[in-house]
Amino acid sequence: MSKSIDLVAGAGLRDKTRKSRLPARLDFLQSASGLFLALFMWAHMIFVSSILLGKDAMYTITKMFEGYYVFGKSYPGLVSCVVAVVFFVFIVHAGLALRKFPINYRQYKLFRGHMKMMQHEDTSLWFVQVYTGFAMFFLGSVHLYIMLTHPDKIGPYASADRVWSDLMWPLYILLLLAVEFHGGVGLYRLAVKWGWLEGKNPNETRKKLKKAKWGITIVLLTLGFLSLAAYIKIGIAHSDQVGERYTPAGVEQPHQ
Amino acid sequence: MSEAGATQHRQLKISILRYNPQDPNSEPHMQTFPLEEADGMTLFIALNEIREKQDASLQFDFVCRAGICGSCGMLINGRPGLACRTLTMHLGEEITLAPLPVFELIGDLSVNTGKWMRAMSERLETWIHTNEAVDLRKMEERMEPQLAEEIYELDRCIECGCCVAACGTARMREDFVGAVGINKIARFKIDPRDKRTDEDFYELVGDDDGVFGCMSLLGCHDVCPKELPLQTQIAFVRRKMVRMGMK
Repeated sequence: MSKSIDLVAGAGLRDKTRKSRLPARLDFLQSASGLFLALFMWAHMIFVSSILLGKDAMYTITKMFEGYYVFGKSYPGLVSCVVAVVFFVFIVHAGLALRKFPINYRQYKLFRGHMKMMQHEDTSLWFVQVYTGFAMFFLGSVHLYIMLTHPDKIGPYASADRVWSDLMWPLYILLLLAVEFHGGVGLYRLAVKWGWLEGKNPNETRKKLKKAKWGITIVLLTLGFLSLAAYIKIGIAHSDQVGERYTPAGVEQPHQ
Repeated sequence: MSEAGATQHRQLKISILRYNPQDPNSEPHMQTFPLEEADGMTLFIALNEIREKQDASLQFDFVCRAGICGSCGMLINGRPGLACRTLTMHLGEEITLAPLPVFELIGDLSVNTGKWMRAMSERLETWIHTNEAVDLRKMEERMEPQLAEEIYELDRCIECGCCVAACGTARMREDFVGAVGINKIARFKIDPRDKRTDEDFYELVGDDDGVFGCMSLLGCHDVCPKELPLQTQIAFVRRKMVRMGMK
């Protein structure tokens, strides 16, 4: 039985009587996974930039994610679980978005020519998404794998050591740029794609969305680079004590 | 017109992409025509003047010269638009004109949009589907004015092809139905005389050559000479088709 189904599908006749529902689901999933990742990155930025409020603030947030304030003990494995979910969604989103990439030189050349000729912002921004998306296949995977396997190496000193002494800062600069441009354009595109927040005057709304998009990107990039600079500064100062963990002044080292 | 007024007219340089696919010796090249601008000059007037006075071999299409027939779609400074609706005063002194991509090139600025549009119409079955016998002697069934307006709004499409030429997806993937096709699905979907269900429409546009192929670059929306609400309509069809796909 299953063989005959395979044969019908293999002969390309499966959708002859009833079109597959899969394209609809894939389209929805691409948007949903993108939305999840974009919102996660907003939250991620808030946590990461806590270093700008001081080492203690970042330390508190780290311990919170390790469940210290719930269980009275740190479980870095909890961080791994979150990373695993994000990594999974990341891969799903990459796979789905790949369907939209130019798949050969002919398509690539046609799109580039079209983009240069049109001088149309939304068209050009799509190419930015293609490039940043492609870059993130690699940049994002490196970062996610390290977080997955070393969830305990997060903290004011541990993160700063990773950024500076483990030479992650060049990757983080590129990743930050890729994430913020890709996510900002992506969120804007989601809104216009599904007709969210359209209101009575969609053209006016779109202009406002575009402004908001750029505003958010600028704020997040500023926050991101300031945070990265803060980690680099701490990392340089801490470079001769790599591996030492941060302990807030006057607080006992929590039980690991 | 006074002489003083006449001297104020700009000297336009209109560069046109010339190519005759029927002629094996023809190569695509730009040819520049100098032209004195006139008051209220449209590209339609400019092109006719060039053909009349400078080069009788120049090919381009016009019928209505009022933005209704959709024949004069072309790339104006790289963007699709209707020549008859474009005033030269809104452009710089140097203007480039080229034929719309995607469509079969007849020669110079003339393309066969009709062939593409017919194929799209046949594929999407852009006509009322009903089993009810129509009695032509009877009055048409009444329709709420608001609904009639909504249908008419989408029916204003003149099939000029600008949305297709402005679409990054259509440029890369030749089977993509384009905004013109999706807009037509939206138009028949809201028409109560068309008895097709969402399931029927899904069969027509429920794939990556249909509405799911759209990447929301919105070139279509931004160039549509009739200012059709394409962004809204594509989102509308996408939502309906996704809901259908979840069943």
